[in-house]
Amino acid sequence: MLDFPLWKKLWLWGLTLAASAMALPSLIGSTGLAWPDALPSPQVNLGLDLAGGSHLLLEADAGEVAAQRLENMEEAVRAAMRNAEPRIRIGDVSTADGALSFMLDDSGDIDRARGELEPLIAGQGLTREWDLAVVDGQRMVLTPTGGGTAQAIDDAMESATEVVRRRIDELGTREPTIIRQGDTRIVVQVPGLDDPEALKELLGKTAQLEFKLVDENALPTNVAAGIAPPGSQIFPYAADSELAGTSLAVERLGGIRGDNLTGAQAGIDPRTNEDVVNIQFDNQGGQKFAKLSTENVGKNFAIILDGEIISAPVFNEPILGGAAQISGSFTAESANALAIQLRSGALPVPLTVVEERTVGPDLGADSIRKGLIAMLIGSIAVITLMIATYGRFGIFATIALAFNVLILLGIMALLNATLTLPGIAGFVLTVGAAVDANVLINERIREERKRGRRVVAAVENGYKEASRAIYDANFTNFIAGALLFFFGSGPIKGFAVVLVIGLATTVFTALVLTRMWAAGWLRSARPADITI
Amino acid sequence: MKLLKLVPADTNIKFLKLRVPFFIVSLLLIAASWGLVVSQGLNYGVDFAGGQEVRLSFVEREEAPIANLREVVGALGYGAPVVQEFGAPNQVSIRVALPEEVEATPGAATAIGNEVIGAIAAEYPDARTDGNDTVSGKVAGEFRTAAALALLAAMVAVAIYIWVRFEWQFGVGALFSLFHDVSLTLGLFALFQFEFSLQIIAAILSIIGYSLNDTIVVFDRIRENLKKFRKMPLPELLDLSINETLARTVMTSLTLLVALLPLLFFGPESLFGLVAAITFGLFVGTYSSVYLASPILIWLGVTSDSFVPRETAADRQEKIARGGTL
Repeated sequence: MLDFPLWKKLWLWGLTLAASAMALPSLIGSTGLAWPDALPSPQVNLGLDLAGGSHLLLEADAGEVAAQRLENMEEAVRAAMRNAEPRIRIGDVSTADGALSFMLDDSGDIDRARGELEPLIAGQGLTREWDLAVVDGQRMVLTPTGGGTAQAIDDAMESATEVVRRRIDELGTREPTIIRQGDTRIVVQVPGLDDPEALKELLGKTAQLEFKLVDENALPTNVAAGIAPPGSQIFPYAADSELAGTSLAVERLGGIRGDNLTGAQAGIDPRTNEDVVNIQFDNQGGQKFAKLSTENVGKNFAIILDGEIISAPVFNEPILGGAAQISGSFTAESANALAIQLRSGALPVPLTVVEERTVGPDLGADSIRKGLIAMLIGSIAVITLMIATYGRFGIFATIALAFNVLILLGIMALLNATLTLPGIAGFVLTVGAAVDANVLINERIREERKRGRRVVAAVENGYKEASRAIYDANFTNFIAGALLFFFGSGPIKGFAVVLVIGLATTVFTALVLTRMWAAGWLRSARPADITI
Repeated sequence: MKLLKLVPADTNIKFLKLRVPFFIVSLLLIAASWGLVVSQGLNYGVDFAGGQEVRLSFVEREEAPIANLREVVGALGYGAPVVQEFGAPNQVSIRVALPEEVEATPGAATAIGNEVIGAIAAEYPDARTDGNDTVSGKVAGEFRTAAALALLAAMVAVAIYIWVRFEWQFGVGALFSLFHDVSLTLGLFALFQFEFSLQIIAAILSIIGYSLNDTIVVFDRIRENLKKFRKMPLPELLDLSINETLARTVMTSLTLLVALLPLLFFGPESLFGLVAAITFGLFVGTYSSVYLASPILIWLGVTSDSFVPRETAADRQEKIARGGTL
């Protein structure tokens, strides 16, 4: 147990010093001094409860994804039937109860219709996306499969996360954390943010831009009463528009979505001096827009953002260049915000804030300062007690304890882990476990001496007998910590991370490092007796 | 150099003589704790209750005007707010329940928070906002489930490990003493109506950790002595084991205490609840290892056979063959 050949000493010291060195950038950073840029600088991140900042938990409405998918399917089915050769006539299209159903005018078309639908419902992957059933020989019913819907939600969340990331990057905040959580949630954490309202404003909008033709046959009285003509939909004007409070009927199908944008900038229209947003379409979007504008010169079209009409200008001429201008009642700020939202893309699904936490930066700084002072006092008390009780072995224990904290910090920095308030509780527990391990060893050495063993045998036996309890205790806690990490939510995870790493470093420093030092001392001093 | 010895070398305290009365008292305390939790309820913080919580410091005051704050916030029409001191006397947390229709509307919840802050700032210009949290009812419910699950899973897994490493009686003993520690901590929070938040879950986890440490150290010594003294009556053997580890128990507890007390008195206010709970758990955990985990071993009938394989007829013959005596 007390045999440490040179190579073992070397790599133990190497490991200890290397891991401790990882803690230096974080420690030096917390005192306010600059760490040289040229050196690698792994950092322990401070959680929002310590550093101040905002935490948002966003939840997507899965029902909205399904509804949108149904609508897209309806457009696709109509197009497929229209383009079939010869055309397949359908009627009584319904999207009630989450399924798409329609009647064939001629039941003889059934096999051809099936053939046209097949590529639409098969899906790209292995899972079939829609189930097709024929009722009463003439009605076709398309029901989304569970797998297909799950895949659609997953895709939507994937791109929503990306959109959220792009929008936050545009804000220029430092080191935001954006993580998908579970099936339909996204966690956003932005440290040290002064204005969480701006962030929420930015994320609260889906920024779904649509261009739809105004239904000019709709009776104004019906529109005002909220009754849409067949094939049309009623949208209100945006609250900040000049026409707020009124509505327009627009044709439900045949519009263009703003998914195909390549750019959006806030600008000023030189003729009217109004704030506007300039947008550019990609190739495909440009062609669609050119077609729409060419076919409808002289007609009004509505620019709709998130279900509200911004404005409804006239197509004066075909717009062929793939660029357009959105005017409405913009201010410089609102034009800029819309440009950011359009640039970063529309959220494929609306997100709601289900949890929000903001911690003022003053409080965070105060917490850290007081926490450090308290830890300093505590450490001095612990060190005094340990050295007064165990003498030289107390000194070994103290140095091991210091290395324990350094290595723990270093590994956390290397893993880019986050230190939170509950994490500090984990630190306290780790220090407790480390003290206990040293106490166990030293008490055991005392005991062995009392039983009359010689010095070397007493130390050797002390380590051997004590390590069993130390392994058991730490491993049990390790199991608990690992479970907490997997089952626990945010703050509990913060605790578990520190605990799990800390237990490993405790076993290493208390059982291996102190043993190496004790062995070295016994070998060189060859004491006939030890005071312990 | 004369070193400090907190516990004299050869103690022989008959700890387990009083095991029955202590056990009954413990059972009563556990029952009382759960009674309190059920009758008084836990004072859930915003994490578990859901709602809108605003934390403020009154920078130029010694003490926050709590009674008046209740009136100011109550006048806003979101029902009776929960206003309580939070750490220092000049810091408060104010919680209002969210109206149902707000839960679905993004931004509306924070708007309520800002309304609360605005109303207070109008009356007290020195109020500094330290935090503003919204937790929807759904998420709060999930937090409650997740916390309970995590605690349960951790306790059961630990008991199973101890069962494997020791014997099933030890697993039961450890599980029961953990149950005792968690119950009493919950009881304490129900009795004093301290705010019960996710942080306190972290504290309870630390308590489980400490208590487990203690229990395993004592169990380890019991296991060792069971192998060594196979004829010693069990109560006597447990007392011996507890006495032998007494110096370590006292030293470890004292060291932890001197580390925790500065955190309790000089540490950040936001950590107070957490540290107070851990400090309480330190005492409860040490007690439960000695007076609950160990006596259970007697009642469940642990014997040294658990750790020393019984001699079979074959073993005996081998011994004789080697020229040993029976």
